[in-house]
Amino acid sequence: MEQIKGYVHSIESFGAADGPGIRYIIFLQGCNMRCRYCHNPDTWKCNDSTAKLYTAEELLDKAERNKPYWRDNGGITVSGGEALVQIDFLLDLFKKAKERGINTCLDTSGNPFTREEPFFDKFEELMKYTDTILLDIKHIDSDKHKELTGHPNDNILDLARYLSDIGKPVWIRHVLVPEYTDFDEYLYKLREFIDTLKNVERVEVLPYHTLGTFKWEKLGISYPLEGIAPPSKDRIENARKILGQTT
Amino acid sequence: MENYGQWESFKGRLWKEEVNVRDFIQNNYTPYDGDESFLEGTTEATDKLWSKLQVLFKEARAKGGVLDMDTDIVSSITSHGPGYLDEEDKTLEKIVGLQTDKPLKRAFMPYGGIRMAEQSCEMYGYTPSPELHKIFTEYHQTHSDAVFSVYTPEIRAARKAHILTGLPDTYGRGRIVGDYRRVALYGIYFLVAKKQEDLLNCGCGVMTDDIIRLREEIAMQIKSLKQMKVMAQSYGYDISQPAKNAKEAVQWLYFGYLAAIKTQNGAAMSVGRVSTFLDIYIDRDLKAGVITEKEAQELIDHFVMKLRMVKFARIQSYNELFSGDPVWATLEIAGLGMDGRSMVTKCDYRFLHTLENMGPAPEPNMTVLYSKRLPDNFRKYASHISILTSSVQYENDDVMRPVWGDDYSICCCVSATQTGKEMQFFGARANLAKALLYAINGGKDEGDGLTPYVQVGPAYEPIVSEYLDYDEVMKKYDLYLEWLAGLYVNCLNLIHYMHDKYYYEAAELALIDTNVRRTFATGIAGFSHVVDSLSAIKYAKVKVIRDDKGLAKDFEVEGDFPKYGNDDDRADDIAVWLLDTFMKKIKKHHTYRNAEPTTSILTITSNVVYGKATGATPNGRKAKAPFSPGANPSYGAEQNGLVASLNSVAKLPYTWALDGISNTQTINPSALGNTDEERINNLVAVMDGYFEQGAHHLNVNVFGVEKLIDCMEHPEKEEYANFTIRVSGYAVKFIDLTREQQLDVIARTCHGTL
Repeated sequence: MEQIKGYVHSIESFGAADGPGIRYIIFLQGCNMRCRYCHNPDTWKCNDSTAKLYTAEELLDKAERNKPYWRDNGGITVSGGEALVQIDFLLDLFKKAKERGINTCLDTSGNPFTREEPFFDKFEELMKYTDTILLDIKHIDSDKHKELTGHPNDNILDLARYLSDIGKPVWIRHVLVPEYTDFDEYLYKLREFIDTLKNVERVEVLPYHTLGTFKWEKLGISYPLEGIAPPSKDRIENARKILGQTT
Repeated sequence: MENYGQWESFKGRLWKEEVNVRDFIQNNYTPYDGDESFLEGTTEATDKLWSKLQVLFKEARAKGGVLDMDTDIVSSITSHGPGYLDEEDKTLEKIVGLQTDKPLKRAFMPYGGIRMAEQSCEMYGYTPSPELHKIFTEYHQTHSDAVFSVYTPEIRAARKAHILTGLPDTYGRGRIVGDYRRVALYGIYFLVAKKQEDLLNCGCGVMTDDIIRLREEIAMQIKSLKQMKVMAQSYGYDISQPAKNAKEAVQWLYFGYLAAIKTQNGAAMSVGRVSTFLDIYIDRDLKAGVITEKEAQELIDHFVMKLRMVKFARIQSYNELFSGDPVWATLEIAGLGMDGRSMVTKCDYRFLHTLENMGPAPEPNMTVLYSKRLPDNFRKYASHISILTSSVQYENDDVMRPVWGDDYSICCCVSATQTGKEMQFFGARANLAKALLYAINGGKDEGDGLTPYVQVGPAYEPIVSEYLDYDEVMKKYDLYLEWLAGLYVNCLNLIHYMHDKYYYEAAELALIDTNVRRTFATGIAGFSHVVDSLSAIKYAKVKVIRDDKGLAKDFEVEGDFPKYGNDDDRADDIAVWLLDTFMKKIKKHHTYRNAEPTTSILTITSNVVYGKATGATPNGRKAKAPFSPGANPSYGAEQNGLVASLNSVAKLPYTWALDGISNTQTINPSALGNTDEERINNLVAVMDGYFEQGAHHLNVNVFGVEKLIDCMEHPEKEEYANFTIRVSGYAVKFIDLTREQQLDVIARTCHGTL
């Protein structure tokens, strides 16, 4: 059988905030969401001409060069783009990672998630090889979610519930964007939702930043959040308090 | 066997028979694996003195960096009467002694070179004494004048073209660490007696050059020891006998160091490995109830405050080379013993704690001798201090211990030396990036674009093809490396011959064994640019852009190529090859006093100046652009983040570059973890992982680029007065860097998150 290959946007050998310990982060190409504040619009297209093709073995060989830094909790994190867009490759990668005893972490927006087949079957198997999930909930309100990302959030919240049901450790992440998500009522609503989940190890507020805007310019697309400044320290604190960020 | 009363309760035997501080330490120290909770804050005296010093620092800064200068006293061990930080209340200072009669007043040190000493005075608006000018030009030769009188035209040309660069021919070579602990442990009488014994036994009576020279040197050492006693006397201390308690131990040790910095203005004037040693005295006093922890910390705080005050008069070109007024008062902490015991004591915590008690500072150059096997608590505390202050560097004890034993010191920014047993002939750097351009241009210097090309290297045939051919370049490069290595070693031979003759380090060598081992420390500049250039020629296509005289002035790279700093063997193998090749060529040559050749890949801040003197390189680096510092990958080359970059550097075998492989990395706090605890653990994991692979050195900075930019724009802000950052091999106050260097540091910062 021909080896399945992944379309890789880039690699970051030192991730200390995306999963436990020190992570080798693989950013995959491809995402269906069109978040207005996206930091990486260059990852939207799956088979982008700039993408590099790797097999799972090739990536794991490279990742294992990081082993000396992993101690008892580090490992690999797959991010994107949206990693689940390439679920077949992801499955192969995580399965082989577990064979090598590597800790695995999936950073996802949940957008591709559905209980329909053939996706669900693959996802269930993927969960066997996934240690932690970083689930990014962009907005708790489905309409607002659609406005912000182009997609509703029903399947994403369903994913959160599913992960809670199977007891998969999850870090919930939420990007705080002034004028979009930074409203107390939505933050409280999100908190209520999080409180219904039984598997949440950590909640993280990620303050919106403008460091990715140059990429929009480079791609020749106008930046929809032009003029919106990162949230103030007070608002970040406020969101952390409401969402119950412990770290 | 001697048995001084001051040694009561100290164990061991050998160290009483012979001068052997290591044996004393191993027999008497108490390892500590607890946490930092025992540490104490500052005393009232410390606060008073430190704020007084802060005011003086500020005054000096307002005056362009220099508070005051001597113009008519030649600095020597006994040249000045006692000086105090606080003249009104001398009792505040638990540890006393200044380089001159006033704090931060810079001494006049003409032996390295009268012209430099005079220029440094004039630069700050002082008029040097005409009488001293006459003495040091008409009656007495200086090191610098002697060196230049014997330089060959070829060396002069190489020096002028900066293919040999940063040479210690106009200032003290430094890098010699006297074993200052000896003054505390033995007192002057014992040390003089031992040296007199050496003099008696020096030679069989046949007076060869070597023997005559050595006999004179021992005599000078004895004289220095006696002068140390006189100097201490002027502060009211009799150091003829061993120190009897902790306060005396710190004071005696500091007097030894003070003698060194009063007589030498070396580029690096290290303090050495003193923490474990001093802990033995403090521990004894604590147990006897004659001192409290607060008082113990005060002693260390006051000692460190003195080290923060060490200053030398420098000239403009020196400041450009080594920015921020450094003295490399390097001081080591931690490490393991040969028997596997951790050498971390409470005093190792106390030294790091000075960075909390008195805030971050560039000096002393705090160096943690790192091993995964150091106690967890200590590694976490060091990591905590790094995150807080960015003032600490780490060096791999696990690669150095097998070579230098367990009592080595760091004699410069990163180079190891056995304490009290070794000295180093510091050799600055050869610019290997420029050598690559010589290979392409047939030994003609690419110049600064203004002056005509000068034939500096041998006139082999230049490369004339439009695209560079890897095999042809390598063949020619080899020839020029061969030439450069020979010229370099010979240039250093004559520099060190003259330094020994006219600027001998009698005070430091008095505290080192007579039968001293010498290393010959060469160095490499432009390392990453050569590696990436060769990789570009090998894996991509490099087109030569020539000027009207047919010489390469720029290069165009077509296609992608692997770069050093991405954990890619294709590039990293070239790096390893380059180091190996250069070292082998150096080793072929005779060295002065049969010193053992070593090399280093460290450039300090001089990467900016070296780069400025070097044309465009085939990796796409533009003419005059700064080199990357030390063994760091080229700017912009790292495309896979910190760990991949560290892994590349870790491939360079330390044993091939025993003088050190320096690496400086900056991590954004938010990229290091979400909580303080996570950041501490992650930093420990980074160091464990890096050093486990045999890497040598890591400078750790933890801050964001925004802070650097704000500090550059608003240096007057109170919060930036002591803002310290690690650059290649040492620490500086960011506000003391030139704007050019600040921009360079900003451009290199940092491994954050996007």
